[in-house]
Amino acid sequence: MSTYYAGLLADVGILTLGGLSVYIILATGQLSLGNAGFMGIGAYITSYLTVTLGLAITPALFIAAAASGLIGIIVGFPALRLRGIYLAMATLGFGEMVRSFFLNLSAMGGSSGFHGMKHISVGYIWLWATGVLLVVMLLERSRVWLEMQAVHDDETAAGLVGLNATAIKVGAFGAGAAVAAISGGLFAHHHVYIEPGNFGFERSIDFVLAVILGGSTVGPGALVGSLVLVMLPEYLRFLADWRLAAFGVLLIAVLLVRRQGILDRSLFRRLSLRGAA
Amino acid sequence: MTAPALLSLKNVTKLFGGIRALADVSFDVAPGQIVGVIGPNGAGKTSMFNVITGAYKADSGQVVLAGKDVTNQPPHRIARAGISRTFQNIRLFGGMTVWEHLLVSQPHSESLMRRVLPMRWADPAALRRAEEVLAFFGLEEMKDRNARSLPYGLQRRVEMARAVTARPKLLLLDEPVAGMNHDEAEGIRKLILRLRADGLSVLLIEHDMAFVMNLCDYLHVVDFGAMIAHGRPEDVRADPVVLEAYLGRAA
Amino acid sequence: MLLQQLVNGLTLGAVYTLIALSFSLVMGILGVLNLAIAELFMLGAYFGFTAIIAQLPLPVALAAAMLGSALVAVVIQKVAYEPLRNAPIVTPMLSTLGFSIILQNVATNVWGSDPLQLTDEVLPGRLTLGPVSISTMQLLVMGSTVTLVAILAFVVQKTPAGRALRAVAENRDVARLLGVSAARVTLLAFVLSGVMAGAAGVLIGMHYAVITPYMGVDIGLKAIAVMVIGGTTRIWGALVAGPLIGIAEVMTVAYGGSQVRDFVVYGLMILILLLRPQGILGGSRSEQGQRV
Repeated sequence: MSTYYAGLLADVGILTLGGLSVYIILATGQLSLGNAGFMGIGAYITSYLTVTLGLAITPALFIAAAASGLIGIIVGFPALRLRGIYLAMATLGFGEMVRSFFLNLSAMGGSSGFHGMKHISVGYIWLWATGVLLVVMLLERSRVWLEMQAVHDDETAAGLVGLNATAIKVGAFGAGAAVAAISGGLFAHHHVYIEPGNFGFERSIDFVLAVILGGSTVGPGALVGSLVLVMLPEYLRFLADWRLAAFGVLLIAVLLVRRQGILDRSLFRRLSLRGAA
Repeated sequence: MTAPALLSLKNVTKLFGGIRALADVSFDVAPGQIVGVIGPNGAGKTSMFNVITGAYKADSGQVVLAGKDVTNQPPHRIARAGISRTFQNIRLFGGMTVWEHLLVSQPHSESLMRRVLPMRWADPAALRRAEEVLAFFGLEEMKDRNARSLPYGLQRRVEMARAVTARPKLLLLDEPVAGMNHDEAEGIRKLILRLRADGLSVLLIEHDMAFVMNLCDYLHVVDFGAMIAHGRPEDVRADPVVLEAYLGRAA
Repeated sequence: MLLQQLVNGLTLGAVYTLIALSFSLVMGILGVLNLAIAELFMLGAYFGFTAIIAQLPLPVALAAAMLGSALVAVVIQKVAYEPLRNAPIVTPMLSTLGFSIILQNVATNVWGSDPLQLTDEVLPGRLTLGPVSISTMQLLVMGSTVTLVAILAFVVQKTPAGRALRAVAENRDVARLLGVSAARVTLLAFVLSGVMAGAAGVLIGMHYAVITPYMGVDIGLKAIAVMVIGGTTRIWGALVAGPLIGIAEVMTVAYGGSQVRDFVVYGLMILILLLRPQGILGGSRSEQGQRV
């Protein structure tokens, strides 16, 4: 495989993890427009661990994910006080604050960025991406996921069947933050150079787009969306200068015609049955 | 000789600004009883339910369930302690099937493993219980349909089914037969009697007098947040204080 | 020089006020975050510049900017908002994002991605009041903002159209029962928001004398923060928050370093959301329903 296509595939894997981070939180009814912040936290912590402390990439990723998860839980508590678009805006603000934080962190390069990471292969990225995706897909068949759906649908009624909505919503934030951190750590070690600008609002929006386009009701939707977001511009090359506009048109078209995104539960079931047959 | 009360409300008061939604309300529900709460609109009946289930914080007074003080506990803890409820305007989970409603309302599991692994493998007991409840309420055929897509009468059944899945001690029903015709209401009445036979105690709010008179062992009448009368249905029906409350409101 | 920074801050604040009002009109009345407003702002600048480069007089340039952006806003309303009116808020918001991508691409193709510069200063001249020096352009920016806000206030408070706007903001269903056409009100909201954003674009464009197709991105996000801080429930909050944030930003850059600037602004936004969600001017918390 050419380096170019390997690069694209790596981007798909990294974006899939980002999409999953949004998906997990969205499943509880919370829209986060700031997950790039958690991605950045993961990127910088992992890079610090591998470059400055000499840790191997895998334990570094676990540590970064745990740290980010903790921050996610801390963020999740004030987030409980906000709903809908107000929560979305607050998470947007959070993402921007994280970006600004890293701009000021001269220890990690500030605006000049950070480098020195050892390059990792596309295969390693996909090990993580498929691993996390499988865990999510397993989780979707578990009781915890039903509880998240109940909290998403009606928080009050959920409380009345014994569900601790607070724990579920905060937990989701933590889990999402951890997954986004992994995305960031992998990003850092694939591009071997990171700067705060990599983890801004546009990245957060990419994550959300991957989920909304690919399918917001099933885990593999994030994968489908990432494929579309990364690969489609390649196939639209023939449109030359109008590539991006065409992409915008496609986005609006999908939103108008199929709100739940490309992949939904029934389509997924049909595809997997056909595959099994 | 009376059995210890299952539910005991002691001097419960709830204020909204200057308005007393509940004024020093006290009463008991004995195990196995079907108790009705009636009164004009706005009398405070739903507020009472909200305080019992923890949705509202009582400003004073106590709510005691089977000897345990559950006053002002968070709703999910009260639910786990054994109090369940349905709502006046049905609150089902919009994105879930009937079957999923019965899975998510299972008794709380302390084991994290059981909650994160696929239910099909990790929690056969939950599946069995859900089947049981499905059969009890006659919902087998709709198990995979989205709960909100069902006709009104069936939605009420699903809500009740959801409420009893975790084997609560006390079931609070908020206007369970509102908007139903005679046959549907009769169906609900029979269900409630069967639930009582299974060991459930019921506290219900209703405006349908015939339904209430026919079903309840005991009645409490509430007006302006205060208890104005209580007794057996035949006694309450003739109580002049009660008639005054209803007629006075109509005037 | 403190007073000088104040003037600069007020100029920036004026632009923030206009864009925040633009966001607020759509959000307050429809509950939707129109992410393409940043591009309406950018297009306003380009429409205005095109007029100026064609040697058309200044008022024509301003009008071209406002009208042009208003028209684009209408297209966005019809295509991105209307069909998705009943979907969860994410959907129309992402749809406007799609538009934002399209508009940026269009601008890049029509005018090029390189910065577009004005050869001559549009409004040369400075006014010196003691220790402070204000350029005529800055006066125009602030003056235009005040005028536009005054006109908007008049429209919203005193005209039947404005009353309809406020009615829908308060309770859409009741308003419809009373005969208010929600469709027309929505259109009006979008048109007004386009006018505000377009004006802001051409004004700031002329002030800095250089524009790019990406100029809307950062300022758009900031304007969202301004809207929140001022109070999404009261569009006039933007009047107070705009200058406030503009000054705060300029001061932070002058005395704290440009890097902490964003941290401060977004931090403030989050604090407001958590502690006083109705914003500075939002009245009591129970008035959450009143939007305009």
